Amino acid sequence: MSANVLALAELRDGVLRSVAAEAVAAARGLADELGGSVDVLAIGPPGTSEAVLALGSAGADRAFVAEDDSFRLYHPDAVLRALETVVAAGDYAAVVFPASMQGKDLAPRAAVRLDAPLATDVTGIATDSGAITASRPVYAGKAMADVRFEGAPALLSVRPNVFKPGQRDGTPQVESIDVAAEPARQVVTGIESAARESLDVSEATIVVSGGRGLQDADNWGMLEDLVDALGPDATIGASRAVVDAGWRPHAEQVGQTGKVVSPSLYFAIGISGAIQHLAGMRTAKVIVAVNKDPEAPIFNVSDYGIVGDLFEVVPRMAEEIRKVRNSG
Amino acid sequence: MNSIVCIKRVPDTETRVRIGPDGKNIDPSGVKYVLNPYDEIALEEAIRLKEQAGSGTVTVMTVGEDDSKETLRTALAMGADEAVLLRASPGMDALPVARALADAIRSRDFDLVMFGKQAVDDDNMQVPPMVAELLELPSATVVVGLEVTDGRGVARREIEGGHEVVEFTMPAVISAQKGLNEPRYPSLKGIMAAKKKPMEEVDVELGAPRLSVEAITLPAERSGAGFKGEGADAVPELVRMLHQEAKAI
Repeated sequence: MSANVLALAELRDGVLRSVAAEAVAAARGLADELGGSVDVLAIGPPGTSEAVLALGSAGADRAFVAEDDSFRLYHPDAVLRALETVVAAGDYAAVVFPASMQGKDLAPRAAVRLDAPLATDVTGIATDSGAITASRPVYAGKAMADVRFEGAPALLSVRPNVFKPGQRDGTPQVESIDVAAEPARQVVTGIESAARESLDVSEATIVVSGGRGLQDADNWGMLEDLVDALGPDATIGASRAVVDAGWRPHAEQVGQTGKVVSPSLYFAIGISGAIQHLAGMRTAKVIVAVNKDPEAPIFNVSDYGIVGDLFEVVPRMAEEIRKVRNSG
Repeated sequence: MNSIVCIKRVPDTETRVRIGPDGKNIDPSGVKYVLNPYDEIALEEAIRLKEQAGSGTVTVMTVGEDDSKETLRTALAMGADEAVLLRASPGMDALPVARALADAIRSRDFDLVMFGKQAVDDDNMQVPPMVAELLELPSATVVVGLEVTDGRGVARREIEGGHEVVEFTMPAVISAQKGLNEPRYPSLKGIMAAKKKPMEEVDVELGAPRLSVEAITLPAERSGAGFKGEGADAVPELVRMLHQEAKAI
């Protein structure tokens, strides 16, 4: 079996997304175990060849790049053609995708084209006497499944924020490839950005989530101030109750029918901790809970808790965090 | 306007998961099974599109065992016209399931194949794009807005920090995300009518899985609040610990 691993580099509008380096990091870890090298595939607008050089520090040895103005936005047909070409020539043990919104759309299509098994949202990768195994959350993280692939290449999409890129020396050797933009079965004609330019809750390293304890949609300014105090890596999340009430957009929902997140730091503000919510955030590294009810289930999973009136606690938190960040 | 809506029977999201005796599946005892919540949204959209067009058929389809008939009946009660059970025991590998669906869909007359964006059990998110690829159809996944006119469609799909606008021709494959619509509840009249609607049952052979589950385990329990303070006065100590001990800020 081949020991080389291919990683998909995701760009948006010519800019590498953070999940690109994470996919390369996951591929690097696996390739090191197998004794192989890491190739990257990127399609994007002119300038992509330069953008992918930054993936060297995450462990990319070589990068196949297709550039075309029509690759500025997600172009699944072209990526699939590129992938087929590269995989046919390369003999890979595995192909790693980011489990981003794009990767989750793309990887299953690739599984059909390459006739290969796929595991979604992988959080751990290992090898076992030559076979690749992976662990992945199921039931929104209420359980973990260990899965084994048969046949090559194994396709994996890796959950954002789990595989951290290292800081290696070197830049990948870039080889340009030709990929046709036509035919295209569907065309992405544009991106509408959310009103507030912010990190997505699935990719932020700090998440401040609010629940019914906030009492009203108008009280979210307080959480936004806390996010602001925590800096550019932080973003807003929400419980199902407040999304169902129409206070917040569904894109912010954390939990089983929302997003499952693994940030370094998670604040649960006025969230009691229903099972479906806990499933969505229990893999956060550090959990801070603020709730007026000392018996709230959220305290069973939090590392740090404050029982009290969140309308007093949260502004004080923002104030104290600013002090610490400004002094540090 | 003919739609085929692919659905799945899944444990309710309030389920407390326990591991079954084989260590590879959850213990189904005491679990309440429901129509996958995202599939309700897909079905609602298909029913609305048919209502707007003034004609057409909504077919619900699933790959599952006999207990999935109850879930198909729920879909019929919501307003689907006919149901198809592809009888098999699917595992975690999505490709054999997608092939069975694609094979059953291929010979039918349809404008749209609709799915929920994911089933809340395996959380694979694989079958909708796979079926699109197998049928060589355009597709948009995780859709929160959909407009179809004269054989063309425009979908808004959720991406990180915004939405992508996707244009395509029909027939096409769409997977639905929360926000697309508010699914209706089955009415009493609908429940009665569902009993008389046709349900086709076909035994299908799934291809051999190439992704197999070795074990399912519960995640490590978190120990719970090591620090639990009272009120705003506890904030400075909490922030100090987050900074100095947890190194989280």
